[in-house]
Amino acid sequence: MKPIIEFRNFSFQYRTQTEPSIQDINLKIYPGEKVLITGPSGCGKSTLAHCINALNPCSFSGKTDGTLIVDGKTPSQEGVFGMSKTVGTVLQDTSGQFIGLTVAEDLAFALENDAVPQKELFERVDRAAEIVGMTAFLKHSPTELSGGQMQRVSMGGVLVDDVSILLFDEPLANLDPMTGKTTIELIDEICHTQDVTVVIIEHRLEDVLYRDVDRIIVMEEGRIVADEHPDVLLSGDVLNKTGVREPLYVTAIKHAGGVIRPEDHPQHIETMQLEPYREAVRSWFSQAEAPASKKSGRPALALEHVSFSYEESEPVLKDVSLQIEQGEMLSIVGKNGAGKSTLASLIMGFLKPQSGTIRLNGEDISPLSVMERGEKIGLVMQSPHQMISKPMIYDEVALGLAVRGVPEDEIKERVHQVLKTCGLYQMRNWPVSALSFGQKKRVSIASILVMNPEIIILDEPTAGQDYRHYTEIMEFLKKLNEEMGLTIVMITHDMHLMLEYTDRAIVLADGEKLADDTPARVLTDESIADRAYLKKTSLYDLSVRCGISSPDEFVDRFIAYERAKGGDRI
Amino acid sequence: MNKLLSYCEKDTWLHRLSGVTKLVFFLLWCLTSALTYDTRILLVMIVISAVLFAMSKTEWKQISTVFKFVMFFMIVNLCAIFMFSPYQGTAIYGSKTVLTGFLPGHDITREELFYLFNVLIKYFTVVPSVFIFLVTTDPSEFAASLNLVGIPYTIAYSVAIALRYIPDVQSDFTRIRNAQEARGIEMSGKARLHDRIKRTASILFPLLFSTMEHIETVSNAMELRGFGKKKKRTWYALKGLHRNDYLVLIGTVLFMAAAMIITYADGNRFWNPWI
Repeated sequence: MKPIIEFRNFSFQYRTQTEPSIQDINLKIYPGEKVLITGPSGCGKSTLAHCINALNPCSFSGKTDGTLIVDGKTPSQEGVFGMSKTVGTVLQDTSGQFIGLTVAEDLAFALENDAVPQKELFERVDRAAEIVGMTAFLKHSPTELSGGQMQRVSMGGVLVDDVSILLFDEPLANLDPMTGKTTIELIDEICHTQDVTVVIIEHRLEDVLYRDVDRIIVMEEGRIVADEHPDVLLSGDVLNKTGVREPLYVTAIKHAGGVIRPEDHPQHIETMQLEPYREAVRSWFSQAEAPASKKSGRPALALEHVSFSYEESEPVLKDVSLQIEQGEMLSIVGKNGAGKSTLASLIMGFLKPQSGTIRLNGEDISPLSVMERGEKIGLVMQSPHQMISKPMIYDEVALGLAVRGVPEDEIKERVHQVLKTCGLYQMRNWPVSALSFGQKKRVSIASILVMNPEIIILDEPTAGQDYRHYTEIMEFLKKLNEEMGLTIVMITHDMHLMLEYTDRAIVLADGEKLADDTPARVLTDESIADRAYLKKTSLYDLSVRCGISSPDEFVDRFIAYERAKGGDRI
Repeated sequence: MNKLLSYCEKDTWLHRLSGVTKLVFFLLWCLTSALTYDTRILLVMIVISAVLFAMSKTEWKQISTVFKFVMFFMIVNLCAIFMFSPYQGTAIYGSKTVLTGFLPGHDITREELFYLFNVLIKYFTVVPSVFIFLVTTDPSEFAASLNLVGIPYTIAYSVAIALRYIPDVQSDFTRIRNAQEARGIEMSGKARLHDRIKRTASILFPLLFSTMEHIETVSNAMELRGFGKKKKRTWYALKGLHRNDYLVLIGTVLFMAAAMIITYADGNRFWNPWI
């Protein structure tokens, strides 16, 4: 069979870079295959994808070497538009690529640009909507759709064109776990029914492996370091070396001393042959230490019967009560629209609750203004770009103090102190634009810390970051929590984050508090996970299938073990 | 934040009309209103506008903010006309009937009042038709209509896409403002005006950067799906012309012709009740 995508000694170098971003690429992908390309950020996986759809070098100019043939064509000659007839690309940020005002118009977009007559437009849009299951939503606007539905429309938008290759660029970024799962199901279904070749670029390996893939290609520093069947790959240690997170159950078995073999099919925990590992896992469990609880018992922030609604008929939060203790690291989880952000807005005073009280250290904070609350409770937004307003690092961090009229000397001292804590002291006189995304994130955290808040709230602290940057930021927050006793509240739908870094999870669903428990118990309880659009952790399946009677205990001990090891991971 | 003057889906005969019809009507209607100072015609136009406005089932809250804004400018405009040319009416109507003195060189005359009244009702003929057009026409259909009357589709589409992203930018703005306020950058009325202007920069910068990020994603997404490669483009949202559309178009043209004939029957744009 002839490959549909073939790279031969291929390399690509961006015009602005001194070295090729990808080099010596030799890769064949055959029609009907489903291939996952993974690797840490900066490994060149997106560059590779952009060569297939001709964004490189047609939109981002650069130098190519070697040959690349896609469905008999050379992408650099066909151009982005020419390749769009063959390769359908679903971008990472699906809300960003939703162009039309309604689902139907968005599906029609590519056809409209091709000047397809209106009658045919209607027919083909209907057909695409049917494939992705969005027929009932044709007239909906993007604001009325959930993240998962948005994702479906994006797929439909490229399927209208009868493409032969579907290219997914980090399809799981920004999706809650359950939606991510259904997305993977949908990709799998399309792959089987539509006669297309599927290429997925993603670093969330365990989530993609929820459905079979034929091959996994691992990249590191611009080169392909592995090209294997998933079962073979999971048995080796390429993933650990490159900084791609392997599935949790695989890590757990390895901790227990098990040596994973491809013939046991480790691709899915549900169907993996566990017989050879069962004893090891059980004995590891009985030996592993249970984590110590570290509660201070002093309430820092308390919500009492708080309700809020924009319109009376649709309450956003219903009678929510919760307590956050001093020195706690806590996560607030739930699907998009569950009321997580509203909760933060109420605490910060951007919104006023219709009923109920919010107390800080026992005192009602309703008389305090947004600015006064901001001195005690710091809010770090999702993207540092939403916060940074000064060109220089020092000025940005000093801003909060400067507007409060703090004397110059004190500002300097406090800013320098905070910059040291955040590992930014060396760069204090740099412009913000010279920093990486992760460093900018630290600047935005520093600009909040400088005001000495008692609590900081972070909105999706790790959104859109790979494992390495994720670990870097989370270890930094952990250090703040441990060394400064700072109370940290994280709003997230990242299950790894809640499991590994927080002691307690408050689960919101449809404006109500659904659970308030250890992350391990939340993620091993099917009914909670379902309602909150979370996903049971694969550690649960592993422990159940190994005959361990208390899966939440197992998860707790696994996490404690991981945390103890955590120091040497970065 | 309220959605200002945005399209609102309803089922009235006005909503069902093609965007092209509404665009042509809107243009001719404004042209007629701009050309004529004939009070009788303007009054008839007000009545028609009011009836159409009622038929569009537009709710007051959809337009109230903009309406108040327009009223404010109208009053400023009328005052300015009076201050700068208090005898414009006298010049137009050829007589001077002083009703009462006001300021030196600014007598209040019957003719000036009548002239200002005409300016005022001109506003009222146009304003409802703007509202009707905006709230009954889907932005995509609006873009399609612009393209159909000869505007290049890239420009027409940027209009639609701007409308599409206004709510996103608005919510970004609110979020950024809130976060900056928590950091101590007071934006409420408490701060002095000078400080407020300076501090607005601390919102605009982040807003600009996050919007630029957004724009890059969107333009890539559009290019990947072939926007701008061909000279022509079809429109999913374009509605064809039906019986009602033709009736409205014919009616509008006839009305405009009649209005022009009546207006210019006496040789100028003004109707003088004192002759």
